[in-house]
Amino acid sequence: MAQLSCNNLSVGYEGKAVVTDISFTVNAGDYLCILGENGSGKSTLMKTILRLKSPMSGNIESGDGLLPNEIGYLPQQTVVQKDFPASVREVVLSGCLNGCGLRPFYNRKEKQLAAENMERLGISDLSIRCYRELSGGQQQRALLARALCATRKILLLDEPTAGLDPNATLEMYDLIADLNKSGTSIIMISHDLVNSAKHASHILHIGKQSVLFSGTMSDYIKSDIGRRFVDFMGGESA
Amino acid sequence: MSEGLQRLQGFLEMDFVQNAVIVGVLIAFCSSLLGVTLVLKRLSFIGSGLSHVSFGTTTIVAAIVMIIGYDSQFDNNIFYVLPVTILCSVLLLLSGPNSKIKGDSALAMISVGALAVGYLFMNIFSKSANLSGDVCKVLFGSTAILTLKPETVSVCIVLSLLVTAVFILFYNKIFAITFDEDFSSATGIKSKIYNLLLAVIIAVIIVLAMNLVGALLVSALVVFPALTAMRLFKSFRAVTICSVVVSVVCAALGILISMLPEKGTPIGSTIVAVDIAVFAVFSIIGFVNQRLRTL
Ligand SMILES: Nc1ncnc2c1ncn2[C@@H]1O[C@H](COP(=O)(O)OP(=O)(O)O)[C@@H](O)[C@H]1O
Ligand SMILES: [Mg+2]
Repeated sequence: MAQLSCNNLSVGYEGKAVVTDISFTVNAGDYLCILGENGSGKSTLMKTILRLKSPMSGNIESGDGLLPNEIGYLPQQTVVQKDFPASVREVVLSGCLNGCGLRPFYNRKEKQLAAENMERLGISDLSIRCYRELSGGQQQRALLARALCATRKILLLDEPTAGLDPNATLEMYDLIADLNKSGTSIIMISHDLVNSAKHASHILHIGKQSVLFSGTMSDYIKSDIGRRFVDFMGGESA
Repeated sequence: MSEGLQRLQGFLEMDFVQNAVIVGVLIAFCSSLLGVTLVLKRLSFIGSGLSHVSFGTTTIVAAIVMIIGYDSQFDNNIFYVLPVTILCSVLLLLSGPNSKIKGDSALAMISVGALAVGYLFMNIFSKSANLSGDVCKVLFGSTAILTLKPETVSVCIVLSLLVTAVFILFYNKIFAITFDEDFSSATGIKSKIYNLLLAVIIAVIIVLAMNLVGALLVSALVVFPALTAMRLFKSFRAVTICSVVVSVVCAALGILISMLPEKGTPIGSTIVAVDIAVFAVFSIIGFVNQRLRTL
């Protein structure tokens, strides 16, 4: 059984569908890249998968022993947290919360996990810095470290490279690929096929209101829509 | 001045004044705990909204009591105000961002409505010779804290300790759902339940704070210490600790200062004035700090 499968899912707001008839499955170790223009409904789909919104129709099933508290999430950056007083360590550590249950405080293992994840993302030296005073790339790393504290099973990443410079973008993609190689399933939203294509195993391409493609990477490159998109993106980045 | 100090010393030897100082400090302590959360969830106004609800409830219940023949004063009776305030708080916080009536306009409706109805009831049913004095007392808590009945004092103490305990036990959860509710829900935290808990604690804090500073100044008591602490500190824990210290010190100072002049000053306004002064000092220090760092 797949970790996650969506069947004929429709997502939207207040009775108005944004995308309809989405079907895909994610097995353990898969790397699914969700492509689509701005406003095509990628974030909405991700929030629906995370059960932050209810689907308009269709269903989402999780299986393969995936529990609700074994999901990691990197939200698309919001400005709400702008003046929040929080140190990087506090933010990263809050990812461990879903393992706490009713226990009020973090135990040593969790603190160590947070420290390891900060180390892994190269933000250990920022741990007592204020989150809101970091650069965009450093903030993304802190949020990814937090997501890693929440789980190693499946990560949902909403435009993890938005606002990063080209170097930081490549580093971020490499990091995500590393995580995937070590067994974490990835669902990532991206505009950037050229760089994500190197690593993704599956593609979900969303167009206006409907799904343009859903399947494996190799099929996608052979398909019409895939070839057009690759040419377009390739042309742009060249 | 020395005359004032002598008077103060005399006051401090009295039982009810000691009680007032203890209760005042306890209330200031726990009302600052959630300041950061309220500021950051853009809920600063829930303080005034809920305190208006408490005000309305107080007057309406007092009127009902009077109609059925029981002679009661407009005192702030915690036993019926608290449940109504908790109910309103839960409704407001849980109505959330996607309800038909947006949170802030719902708040405005409830708070202004409660204020109007409360004042109306007071006017119609009050037998008091000094109506505006009574209104003032409820709105600004002029001497409320000094006139608390013994049972209210014990309830205040118990509730303050309870709020503090709950806050400490759920500190990490409160941080997580304040910082990023979506992330918390997505990763399996029962955010709804913790929001509910938050709504209840907030209501309790508001009702407590009303006893100290009166209905109109509740927001100040809740929000000022947090805003003050945020001038200088950058981590959630440091801000929380600092705002508690600021709140307690300001409340104690405010109560003491209010007893210095011969006629006394209204306790609530005095405390808030001290809060404002400390806020100004912290702002200046914060500003200078930033300047020094960018140099
Ligand atoms: N909270 C909301 N309420 C109503 N409509 C929304 C809301 N958020 C986004 N939308 C609409 O849903 C569509 C998809 O948005 P989104 O999923 O954020 O797109 P993407 O992430 O692909 O850029 C957009 O047309 C947007 O205007
Ligand atoms: Mg988006």
